Amino acid sequence: MLKFDHVSKRYPDAGDALLNVSFHLKPGEMAFLTGHSGAGKSTLLKLIAMMELSTRGNILLDGQNLNKITENQIPYIRRKLGLIFQDNKLLQDRTIFDNVALPLIVSGYGYQEVGRRVRAALDKVGLLGKEKKYPFALSGGEQQRVGIARAVINKPRVILADEPTGNLDPTLSAEVMHLFEQFQKVGVTVLIASHDVDLLSQMGHRILTLDHGQLKGS
Amino acid sequence: MKHKSRQPKNTVGNNFSEKSQTYLLIHAHALFSSLGRMARNSFTSAMTIIVMAIAISLASGFYLLVVNMQQLTGEIESTNQISLFLKANVSDNAGKQLADKIRSDKRVGKVLVITKEQALAEFKTYSGFGDALDILDKNPLPTVIQVLPVDSLHDMKTIKSLMIEFNQLPKVDFSQLDMQWIQRLQSMMQIMQRGVFILALLLGFAVIVITGNTIRLELQNRQDEVLIAKLVGATHAFIQRPFLYTGFWLGFISGLVAWALVTVIMFILQSPIEKLSILYDGSFDLSYFGFMDVISLLSISSLLSMAGAWIVLHYQLQQIQPK
Repeated sequence: MLKFDHVSKRYPDAGDALLNVSFHLKPGEMAFLTGHSGAGKSTLLKLIAMMELSTRGNILLDGQNLNKITENQIPYIRRKLGLIFQDNKLLQDRTIFDNVALPLIVSGYGYQEVGRRVRAALDKVGLLGKEKKYPFALSGGEQQRVGIARAVINKPRVILADEPTGNLDPTLSAEVMHLFEQFQKVGVTVLIASHDVDLLSQMGHRILTLDHGQLKGS
Repeated sequence: MKHKSRQPKNTVGNNFSEKSQTYLLIHAHALFSSLGRMARNSFTSAMTIIVMAIAISLASGFYLLVVNMQQLTGEIESTNQISLFLKANVSDNAGKQLADKIRSDKRVGKVLVITKEQALAEFKTYSGFGDALDILDKNPLPTVIQVLPVDSLHDMKTIKSLMIEFNQLPKVDFSQLDMQWIQRLQSMMQIMQRGVFILALLLGFAVIVITGNTIRLELQNRQDEVLIAKLVGATHAFIQRPFLYTGFWLGFISGLVAWALVTVIMFILQSPIEKLSILYDGSFDLSYFGFMDVISLLSISSLLSMAGAWIVLHYQLQQIQPK
């Protein structure tokens, strides 16, 4: 589903962010990406989301080589992904419903379908009934779950999460991680960048460790 | 086009009409949400619309001026006449006799006598010297015979020979052909027409730039939204749609306001222009914007405004990339 083949990323002024990284995630596999800050976790996720382009090597997503994707095709690649950010990236002036519905609206789904799916996704993350609220009216953990609902609403093949528990206390963090496991169980490939080593080791999934841009063991 | 296969399987069926319905709904939503957004930022929107409306009303107002002038000169053209000013000692009756004689000439189409009293009355009414003229104990104005040759516009030879003959008549002081100043007026009109054309081009360009700048600011204010939309897989077309509609509304509403402005201005100018047209013996009807004029005014202002938005979106949306 997701394959890195000798991928390197070099920034002109900051040197190598990733060096010769190779790994392969199968459909329905869940993995953690860990390492010290600046090890290249975010860069790796950005390459998959096509926010950056690799300097060398190939990235295959669902059989498509991301090096061969044109500018116009990027939106359709991103629709295969569910992206979750540490800072949620919710639109503060839109309701929870509108925030979660955005990926569907963008893909041109009809109103009935949107309403049905938004309620289903909010139900899944335990926020049904809060559709009409605005993000600021929700707690940090709830906002993070809104972000997750938005990421999964398009039924993505791959979920990418960058420090999804970074702002949450341990109980909430565990809850969020279990949520990810539920998506993995229905066949979604999940890759989570996190430095919360204690939590990760309890969960017993594959761990990819980055050290100064290089992959140490998997 | 792999994404097509990942379109939703709707409960009602994923047929063509469903898709086009959804497409229309998306457009309708973008159309009205952009209007709603403008209404919420009413002060900024109003400022932009006023500036654009002034530019558009200048261009369209001058256009209307040219149309009216053309109509005016058109009327004068058709009455390209020779005026015979009789000597002061020639009485109105003698003038009328002379007029009858001229009327019998085959080359002459129409003859009109303006008596001394008529001339004075007209002069009093329109010159503004009404009271001053009462001081005069004698009417200083001559009798005038207006002669319209049969083919007044094209047969310059006949007109010239007529003029020479008229000048030789003992009762005629001098004759005057209103040709030269018409030619001057026409060439002035041409300059004006061209000037208005250039002005309209410049003002049209101004409309493009004003909308472009407004959309650029709007884009800056909504940068987060654009970034997030891009991250969840929005296409360029999807992101630019509401902004294009904002451009449309700016142009459309400015066009409406400009139309209203020009109509009010024309209304204010109507009565002095009517007085002027009476002075020229014309039954001159002031032209306002017709239905088709309004349609083209609104289309042009909307299109220019959308063009301004499109140009800015084309360049700026590339710059906004999630990092």
